[in-house]
Amino acid sequence: MRAPDHPVMSKGDVLLAVENVSLRFGGVKALTDVSFDIRKSEIRAIIGPNGAGKTSMLNCINGFYYPTEGRITFKGVKRPKMRPYVAARGGIARTFQNVALFKSMSTLDNIMAGRSIKMRSNFFWQLFRHGPAMKEEIEHRRFVEEIIDFLEIQHIRKTPVGRLPYGLQKRVELGRALAMEPELLLLDEPMAGMNLEEKEDMSRFILEVNQQYGTTIALIEHDMGVVMDLSDRVVVLEYGRKIADGTPAEVKGDQRVIDAYLGVAH
Amino acid sequence: MLYREAGQFKTNYAADSAIFPLRQDRLGLGVIILAAYALAFIGNSFLLQAVMIPFLVFSLASIGLNILTGYTGLLSLGTGAFMGVGAYACYKLMTAFPGVNVIIWIFASGFFSAAIGALFGLPSLRIKGFYLAVATLAAQFFLQWCFIRIPWLVNYNVSGALDAPLRTLFGTPIMGPNATPQTRYLVVLTIVILLTWLASNLVHGRIGRMWIAIRDMDLAAELMGIRPLQTKLLAFAVSSYYCGVAGALLVFLWYGGAEYDVFNINQSFFILFMVIIGGLGSLIGSFFGAALIFILPIVLGIVLPAMLSPFGISVGADVIEHLRFMIVGALIIFFLIVEPHGLARLWQIGKQKLLVWPFPY
Repeated sequence: MRAPDHPVMSKGDVLLAVENVSLRFGGVKALTDVSFDIRKSEIRAIIGPNGAGKTSMLNCINGFYYPTEGRITFKGVKRPKMRPYVAARGGIARTFQNVALFKSMSTLDNIMAGRSIKMRSNFFWQLFRHGPAMKEEIEHRRFVEEIIDFLEIQHIRKTPVGRLPYGLQKRVELGRALAMEPELLLLDEPMAGMNLEEKEDMSRFILEVNQQYGTTIALIEHDMGVVMDLSDRVVVLEYGRKIADGTPAEVKGDQRVIDAYLGVAH
Repeated sequence: MLYREAGQFKTNYAADSAIFPLRQDRLGLGVIILAAYALAFIGNSFLLQAVMIPFLVFSLASIGLNILTGYTGLLSLGTGAFMGVGAYACYKLMTAFPGVNVIIWIFASGFFSAAIGALFGLPSLRIKGFYLAVATLAAQFFLQWCFIRIPWLVNYNVSGALDAPLRTLFGTPIMGPNATPQTRYLVVLTIVILLTWLASNLVHGRIGRMWIAIRDMDLAAELMGIRPLQTKLLAFAVSSYYCGVAGALLVFLWYGGAEYDVFNINQSFFILFMVIIGGLGSLIGSFFGAALIFILPIVLGIVLPAMLSPFGISVGADVIEHLRFMIVGALIIFFLIVEPHGLARLWQIGKQKLLVWPFPY
């Protein structure tokens, strides 16, 4: 795989900044005044108890929701209200808490579909499946095969993903997100429902993506062992508010985090 | 035994992503196409006129609806009307410009129904499923109203009907009262093969993947950068193009003339049944569906009296007619229970089993 061809930002620059973001649905406050940033090439974990607003936060970042208040700045530009596909074209990819693959397509086609935005050949050539359309198809196939090799899913290349076990589906979904060559990769509980071995594999892939290609990763995860091992910095949400932000060691020692997870004696 | 994957190695991605990767499949397809052409010379005019031409026309319309409903997952009940737009557009074009070859106008008429289809596809961004079906129903009724109420569409013909004028290709009449079933069959067959090939290219490439992505998980598709509205409108346009061409063929190369009521809601349902029974999201399924719904009743009409007569039962034509409906209805229910994914899935399973025969897997 080649490195993503995006404007140069060096490691440590703020890639995405969330400033005073609130999100309300009628009377329900999903997020209240949350601020944090994601720096280039880091692994940023978002944790918190159930219902803390983690997925809502991701949905704001990739343009699925628009914050009621506050602003989100991506690559130094304030994000306007936009449809999710614009965010995707801007370089934000994600995976879902409940696998959201295209069930009837094969693994190969799913990952190829992830490259739709990179494909340029026009309708006319697509009609004839010839010339630029075929050349492009093969070029992208080569890229997709590299992802398949990287994720070690060669044996299920032509299997419809609906028939795959859960752990492999999660892996294919990661592959589909990687096919977009994202600058910011959002992973919503990438290890949910996995056994230890699958978790170790997935952790290895996440670390390799981050280290080899410098992809910035924001992940939501409930397995604290994984979070503490993988992430560079952690932000903790509870009831839609940020209660802690810092390195895994700092967060682990924070009294409010301990209270949020273990409860407080009244 | 002859149908084996063994020994056919793919050494490049182009060969591996071919639409028919198996040599036997390619051969089989070649044989079927040759046989279809040979049929023009050995088949009698009843077979060509009453069976094969309508079968091909309905297959083409089914491919059109399959692109929309099967591949993109957008339910439409406006197929009949979109076919009508093609037919009326073709009529206007060929009577306004009689000097231009009619084949060009048949292909051009599809663009008119594509435009109308895309227009009525606009609500699809906001509404889904059954609600979209109801919205396309509006297209059905509105367009049918236009066919009745706008006499300009039939050149102020007092009968209000479309009639096929005499048109030739290389000096041979292919349309109108003088055209033989043989030449009309050859024209329809060539158009259907060409358009099926183009559809197959589309659905196997980037555009097909985008359509299926929208069908399987529209949110994920959008979060991957696929624009929902453009993708859906493209599906509506391509689908309506196919329906439009099918409509033009239906009136001018099959019926030879028709009134507005061939494009009514029944026609829409008829095509929808073909798509569902043949297999949603399968091009070959469109042909299977058209065969089951259209050819089977004809075959039954011939076979049933012959089957009953040895038992000394002679039944009237009306009873045969009722029996036909009952048997076809029962078969439809049977197939839907055995294989809800349609005849195309049965075909797929059959081929898979044949590959490993005589072993079970």
